[in-house]
Amino acid sequence: MAANTNPQSRRQFLLDMAKTACGVGMFGLGLGLYAKQARALPPMAIRPPGALPEPDFQGACIRCGMCVRDCPYDILELARPEDDLATGTPYFVARKIPCEMCEDIPCIKACPTGALDHKLTDINKAKMGLAALVDQETCLNFLGLRCDVCYRVCPVIDKAITLERTHNVRTTKHTMFLPTVHSEHCTGCGKCERSCVLEVAAIKVFPLHLAQGKLGSHYQMGWEEKEKAGQSLVAPEIEHEYNLPEGFKYEPGRGLSGEAVPPPATSPGAQPGVPQALHGDKL
Amino acid sequence: MELTRREFVKLSAAAATATAAGVTIPGAQAALAAAGDKGIRWDKGVCRFCGTGCGVLVGTKDGRVVATQGDPDAPVNKGLNCIKGYFLSKIMYGKDRLTQPMLRMKDGKFDKNGEFAPISWDQAFDIMAEKCKATLKAKGPKGIGMFGSGQWTVWEGYAAAKLMKAGFRSNNIDPNARHCMASAVAGFMRTFGIDEPMGCYDDLEHADAFVLWGANMAEMHPILWSRLTDRRLTGKEVKVAVLSTFSHRSTELADIEMIFKPQSDLAILNFISNYIIQNNAVNEDFVKKNVSFKKGVTDIGYGLRPNHPLEQVANNNGYPGADGKPKGNPGKADPMTFDEFKAFVSEYTVEKASDISGVPKEKLLELAKIYADPNKKVVSYWTMGFNQHTRGTWVNNMIYNVHLLVGKISEPGNGPFSLTGQPSACGTAREVGTFAHRLPADMEVTNPKHREATEKIWKLPPGAIPDWVGSHAVKQSRDLKDGNINFYWTQSTNNMQAGPNINGEIYPGWRNPANFVVVTDPYPTVSAVSADLMLPAAMWMEKEGAFGNAERRTQFWRQQVKAPGQSRSDLWQLMEFAKRFKMEEVWPAELLDKAPEYKGKTMYDVLYANGEVNKYPLSEVQKVNAHGIKNYKNDESEHFGYYVQKGLFEEYAQFGRGHAHDLADFDSYHKSRGMRWPVVDNKETLWRFREGYDPYVKKGEGIKFYGKPDGKAVIFALPYQPAAEMPDSEFDLWLCTGRVLEHWHTGSMTRRVPELYKAVPDALVYMHPDDAKKRGLKRGDKVKVMSRRGEITTLVETRGRNKPPVGLIFVPFFDEHRLVNKLTLDATCPISKETDFKKCAAKIVKA
Amino acid sequence: MSTDRNIGVDAVLAKGWLGAHKWLLLRRTSQLGILALFLLGPFAGIWIVKGNLAYSLTLDILPLADPYVLLQSLLAGHIPERLALIGVAIVIGFYVLVGGRSYCSWVCPVNMVTDSAAWLRRRFGIKSGARFSRRTRYWILAMTLILAGTTGTIAWEMLNPVSMLHRGLIFGLGTAWAIILTVFLFDLFVSPDGWCGHLCPVGAFYSLIGKASLLRVNAAQRAACNDCMDCFVVCPEPQVIKPALKGASKGLGPVINSAHCTNCGRCIDVCSKEVFGFGLRFINKADNNAPQGETAALGNRP
Repeated sequence: MAANTNPQSRRQFLLDMAKTACGVGMFGLGLGLYAKQARALPPMAIRPPGALPEPDFQGACIRCGMCVRDCPYDILELARPEDDLATGTPYFVARKIPCEMCEDIPCIKACPTGALDHKLTDINKAKMGLAALVDQETCLNFLGLRCDVCYRVCPVIDKAITLERTHNVRTTKHTMFLPTVHSEHCTGCGKCERSCVLEVAAIKVFPLHLAQGKLGSHYQMGWEEKEKAGQSLVAPEIEHEYNLPEGFKYEPGRGLSGEAVPPPATSPGAQPGVPQALHGDKL
Repeated sequence: MELTRREFVKLSAAAATATAAGVTIPGAQAALAAAGDKGIRWDKGVCRFCGTGCGVLVGTKDGRVVATQGDPDAPVNKGLNCIKGYFLSKIMYGKDRLTQPMLRMKDGKFDKNGEFAPISWDQAFDIMAEKCKATLKAKGPKGIGMFGSGQWTVWEGYAAAKLMKAGFRSNNIDPNARHCMASAVAGFMRTFGIDEPMGCYDDLEHADAFVLWGANMAEMHPILWSRLTDRRLTGKEVKVAVLSTFSHRSTELADIEMIFKPQSDLAILNFISNYIIQNNAVNEDFVKKNVSFKKGVTDIGYGLRPNHPLEQVANNNGYPGADGKPKGNPGKADPMTFDEFKAFVSEYTVEKASDISGVPKEKLLELAKIYADPNKKVVSYWTMGFNQHTRGTWVNNMIYNVHLLVGKISEPGNGPFSLTGQPSACGTAREVGTFAHRLPADMEVTNPKHREATEKIWKLPPGAIPDWVGSHAVKQSRDLKDGNINFYWTQSTNNMQAGPNINGEIYPGWRNPANFVVVTDPYPTVSAVSADLMLPAAMWMEKEGAFGNAERRTQFWRQQVKAPGQSRSDLWQLMEFAKRFKMEEVWPAELLDKAPEYKGKTMYDVLYANGEVNKYPLSEVQKVNAHGIKNYKNDESEHFGYYVQKGLFEEYAQFGRGHAHDLADFDSYHKSRGMRWPVVDNKETLWRFREGYDPYVKKGEGIKFYGKPDGKAVIFALPYQPAAEMPDSEFDLWLCTGRVLEHWHTGSMTRRVPELYKAVPDALVYMHPDDAKKRGLKRGDKVKVMSRRGEITTLVETRGRNKPPVGLIFVPFFDEHRLVNKLTLDATCPISKETDFKKCAAKIVKA
Repeated sequence: MSTDRNIGVDAVLAKGWLGAHKWLLLRRTSQLGILALFLLGPFAGIWIVKGNLAYSLTLDILPLADPYVLLQSLLAGHIPERLALIGVAIVIGFYVLVGGRSYCSWVCPVNMVTDSAAWLRRRFGIKSGARFSRRTRYWILAMTLILAGTTGTIAWEMLNPVSMLHRGLIFGLGTAWAIILTVFLFDLFVSPDGWCGHLCPVGAFYSLIGKASLLRVNAAQRAACNDCMDCFVVCPEPQVIKPALKGASKGLGPVINSAHCTNCGRCIDVCSKEVFGFGLRFINKADNNAPQGETAALGNRP
């Protein structure tokens, strides 16, 4: 046998194998670490609608560029090696050119692998990212001006962005319209960031994992749970009776009422929903 | 601004004293601000855009406006701006500013079909004078025309009106305000006999309810909207009702949103009057004392060309009939009694109103109750929804009917309020008499007494001012097309984009080989490039100016920077052009004989160097403005050698003083953030027609509508009538046009601000998703929007800020690449002659 | 025997220049033609083919997908949509027929880069070079697959010069040129046929598909061989020639059976004696004779 007759060449062969394996292994390790680093989407890159969460997306996207081709607005680009995200994967930068939210979502239809999830058929449910008003100090509306461009260009206006109205204490007679993003409806299309008139946008769209918070699972919103259940989760409250002057009524949730009650002693800012009984010093 | 230490101390002391006394001295503060800023000189100014009239501070450095800020001391906006105002400092610096006169030429000579080539001002005035004189010779004064602007400064409008009406003796001058405010003017004049709102913006803080009739204040009057919203937010049980033909940003705040079928506002208003009467909510004392009733003629046509079938059957459109005499008078109205009025509106039951308008009965009743409730103070606001209406005058009259019936008028928080779209629609277009039928201070050319009074102030011989009503905006286009006007000059406006039926009526006239068209503008607008001669204009802070906003507030600013290249202000151009005419060339000999001293003089001498306009020497310029800018100069005064603006203003102010249009003296406007006229004894007037508030209402009179000889406002009985053109089986959609917050009018300024352009680059067609689906369209599809008059290509938008109901589409008109006014119909209110840009029939097909 | 500097001179003399470059020209036409089809869309607006070599759709109907990248995707835990699966099936079927590594020589754009490096090496007689195992590519192939599985991403695509060049040409190159230049310089100065012949896992993968491919180069006329060695010099995988050309004595057939043969046909071109030709793998009798080979040889001139 060759091994017997030529132990040296056998050893050499094994050595070569080990060398190759080692070399390739180290190379692989390097590439793997690099891949790991690139798994997190950089903050400015937004994936097309329906993109699987990173890094699943990077396992599913074969970098074919079909989505880029079928985007009627030429919004998508494939990442180049110098870009901060996985080479060859599709993305857009909202500030440069945002998603137009096509009804028929051609980019998803074009995707051969489902890296853009074919189950997404309603563009309103897309979650490309999430807008966040990152700098109130420079947002013109927080200064009281009437910009609200981000609001008016929002394709999901009045749902994804609303203008919360608050009194302008400085001028005393104007309202400030504060743009407020609602994550439930924001698709991350990026129109708001694109159109923000500031030199650096005060409202920005980030990938979901950067922008979205998450409630602790140990706490649930009682009012929502009650509504879901259609009734109190525990046994209904018993009837209460109260010591009250004549003509007065005290109802749970509503508080004190009655004819002889003087004008409410609450401050103007008091919320109507707060039971008034909590403010009364006698009760 | 250079300040010595001593000056600084002095100014500081003055400012401190003033503050302690509760007075603001703008100049002092501006100077102080300058001292704090490195090299930036601050001065007060006014926003260039809408009729709100926000105050701004303008920062200048090295001959360039480098910054602006909302003026915290301006009562209107308290330092705030909308997004257009935020970018004011950029509007003068578009890359394609016109900097020299450009004439269409071939082989070095004017050629209607030539290419634009630069020429000198001398050459420009040469060719203009040549064309103008030839026209005067061939056709007389009726052959020339001028189209002006609610963006003219007060003195520019005044100088233009004077040039045309006194100099050229042609009343063919009309402002673009014809397209936006004419119906409001006609409404005011018919009901009150005097123009402009009785209330002011402070109504916003006093009303319990706001009703918007065809006004999208959220986008078009952004700062006023934030005041209205604040009242809604902080006031107790303040209600907002918004009536419109489609849902928009203002309906978002509405407690009562009413989307009505186009034109049916007429029926709704009559229903409200009927409801008020039927439910005994009429303020009988008020009505008895202050109101008279009239029934208007109804068969008034639609302001279309006389040969249009709709006009042929109309017997009160005022057009020449078969016998050559005018067929009636669309503005005619005959007295009637309250009971007759009651009977007239009684047919407008809630059922009928609901039927016509498509608005649910409950909502109609809810709205009517707001007006009827004696304990609710109501302000009604409207803009183009009312004014751009083939029954625009009527609908203005009818909102007054409602307010007059319940007496909710002329007091804080109660009143009808017509908002304006242009910065000086009131101050210039309306007040100085730039309309084809008007003279300064609400006077009219058809009234011999008014002509006489004007001739006296203008030092003209009797009969100088022509007695005929000139061609209004739409008629001017028709006259150009028909070759009746051959010399035409437009300033500070862009009718080739903003006027109706561009392809059918406007463009053919401008390109008519018989006509010579001059456009003065800072930028090569659609109009400018359609003209034969473009004249470069100085704009905004490149000239000293004055605007008058919607609440009668007159505001001044100083020239801050030089205009680029050879750009000159409209005022300079008008006055300089006047030098090209000897009086013998413009006046007939018999008129000149009555004023022999004018013989051999130029029009400039007679109109401007008349001892009034040139009354204030050049030194006044520095003196009047020393508190604002040291060693201040303005280009016009330097050029003509006297304080031109002051002379024009003071001559003009003679018209109104003592006639309920009193303006303060010129100097004080340069010191204040504006004052609301009438300003009598240095006191502003906030609410007119009411004793205590209005100096023209004497003690014990209570209310007096002194615009009318009997002191009574008029309630008009007017019916609902359908629109001029309605959707049918082929053109199956209503087309409504309008604005967006980000762009102003035709976008000639805002589209040159990169950020605003980026925010809203293109005009889209807003339509209901069901309408899109029905036509096999989806959002983003390229479509052709077509009417009987033309088509444009644009993209479908089914989302976003505007949500039209099924059957209506909305296209904004700011986009020069998609001229939606190719589609609109040149139908006007036959009384006000204002175009209805809100209603015509259109269809949409995939492109 | 020719020197390195004038390989194929004899062939040119015998068959004329065209005859001696026939397969090379066809191959370049194929490589450039395919690229042109992809570029026609973005540059001329004529959309015949969309996508790139990873996945493409021709005339909006024919899906083609790269099985290698999809295998990585599968290992990364993702099951593709139907069209991609159809595309993979078509591609595998095709290469099973024509030889897996035909991809390398007829389709892959990097081939032109490494071919030019090899040409320059020969032209300037660059002999230096690290010699290492051609099997390294299988190690790398294995590594890429393991990486896909362990990282859950198609990690290799971050570096893959093949897709990077093709994608880059169609969608924008960016700094991908640096990687391509590295490959070129590596082949030119470091290791002859270093990339395609030793390292490229794509080629390795396709060689596996083509293990039993129908279409093969054979040395049907091996009897005519004059030992000029031109074929060995020009062949990117020279080790595949010997058994077929010189194996008659060992009872080996004339068909080049190695999956590493890229079916490039250069050996056919450069042989003045017209020893080589294309044929089917089954026609591989050891005791060949001329007429048999003649009829089976597709590449021989009549």
